[in-house]
Parts: sequence; structure tokens; C-alpha cells
Amino acid sequence: MAADRVSYTLDSTLETVNNAEETAGRMAAEAGFDDEEIMKISMAVREAAVNAVLHGNAYDPSKKVTLAFERNDKDLVIVIRDQGKGLDASKIPDPLAPDNLMKTSGRGIFLIRSFMDEVEIKPSQTGTELRMIKHVHGNPADSKEALQ
Amino acid sequence: MTMKSSTRQVDGVTIVDLSGRITLGEGSVVLRETVRDLLSKGQKKILLNLGDVNYIDSSGIGELVSAFTTAKNQGGELKLLNLTKKVHDLLQITKLYTVFDVKDDEATAVKSFK
Repeated sequence: MAADRVSYTLDSTLETVNNAEETAGRMAAEAGFDDEEIMKISMAVREAAVNAVLHGNAYDPSKKVTLAFERNDKDLVIVIRDQGKGLDASKIPDPLAPDNLMKTSGRGIFLIRSFMDEVEIKPSQTGTELRMIKHVHGNPADSKEALQ
Repeated sequence: MTMKSSTRQVDGVTIVDLSGRITLGEGSVVLRETVRDLLSKGQKKILLNLGDVNYIDSSGIGELVSAFTTAKNQGGELKLLNLTKKVHDLLQITKLYTVFDVKDDEATAVKSFK
């Protein structure tokens, strides 16, 4: 199968967060993931979009979020970029540490890492790029083909 | 779908029936205001029924933690009832499942309040 790629440029709004989540769910379904995996992928994208809109662009209407999905034979690759100051992931406290367990925030990146197979965070002075990959297992279309 | 909240009293315990999504924005705000309102009225035994909550994000988890801590700091108790599998799994991976007092039967949950 040839790679399919689609990308969106979105405003720094709460609506973008909801749209990103919905789009991710649709893309994951089209890629053949089961309901549980679809939920994980759409939630990872929601958390990434929250980071981009809130912490990256800080709701700045002049700054945009770009969201891209690429599907190839093996993976669903999702990239979210913001135009903020750049997120230093090494400075995010471990939300599972006893001292942090009762904190009311700081779990987004942890959840993304829990739900996706590969996560890469590239901060720069012009923003943060978060690239996440979910491996495609047992695409129903592929298995059907294999059975025939 | 956004979140809906309604409250009822059973043997001195306020049961908050929540449905929909507890996510950044409206869902989190509804939960925060509901709990704050109950505590301000002196209703300090709070049971959050999450049986119809089909989705929760990290902001929603933060809001549950905040509600739990706020109730505790005011001498109250906040417990969770009827977690869906999704919410149960989320509380497990964030290691919060053992922090919260989680019940799966309403009558038992009501009796468990001091």
C-alpha cells in the first residue's frame, strides 16, 4: 500500500483539541485499529493537541497548530507541531512519583507515551514537534486478503 | 457529548450522577463547580457515580484529584462509584486507583461513609 498523508492547519482553540481527537479516531478506524486502540490513539492525539494549544501556543490566535497523519504498510504516524517556545520534555516531572501523584496536571505526555508505540518530542525555538507512531497490527483488510 | 451532572441524597451521602465526558473545558468545570458547591453547603460525603462517564482525559483526571483533595482538606470524603473499564484502566496506569476509594455497589458505597 502506498503511503497516504493528510495534514491540517488549526487555530489555537479548544475546538481544535476536540477536532484533532475526532479526526484521529477516524484515521485510526480507517487504518484498521480495534476500538481500544482507536481510543488510545485518539486520546494520545487529544493530549498532544492540548499541549500544543495550551502550553505551546497559549491560545495565541496568531499561532497555529499543524496536525499530520501518515499511513503506510506498518504504521500510523501522527505529527503535531505548535509555534510555542519549545517543550523540554526532560523537565516534565514523573507523574507516577509519590510526590507528584496528587498533582492536578502533568500527565499528558505520560499518557501519550503509554498509548503509542513510539513518541519523539523535538523542541526548538520556533515550537515543538511531537511525533508519535502506532504500529498497525492485523489490519482487517489485510487479514481478509491473506485468507483468500 | 458534554458532561451532565445531577445530585441526590441517600442516607446523608450526596451521590453525584455524572454522564458524558470529563475533559478539558466544560466537563472539568462542571465537576469542579458541582463539588465546590456541595462542600460550600456542608455536604461533605460525596459519592461520584461515574457509571455513565464514557471518556476522561488528563485534565479530567486532574479534576478528580483536585475534587478528592479539596473534599479531604475540608474534612469531607469523596469516593468513586461504578467506573467504566476505560476510566478504571486510566486510574490504574496513572497509579491513582489505589489513591481513590473506588466502589462498585451503591448501597455498599453509601454505608462505607463514616
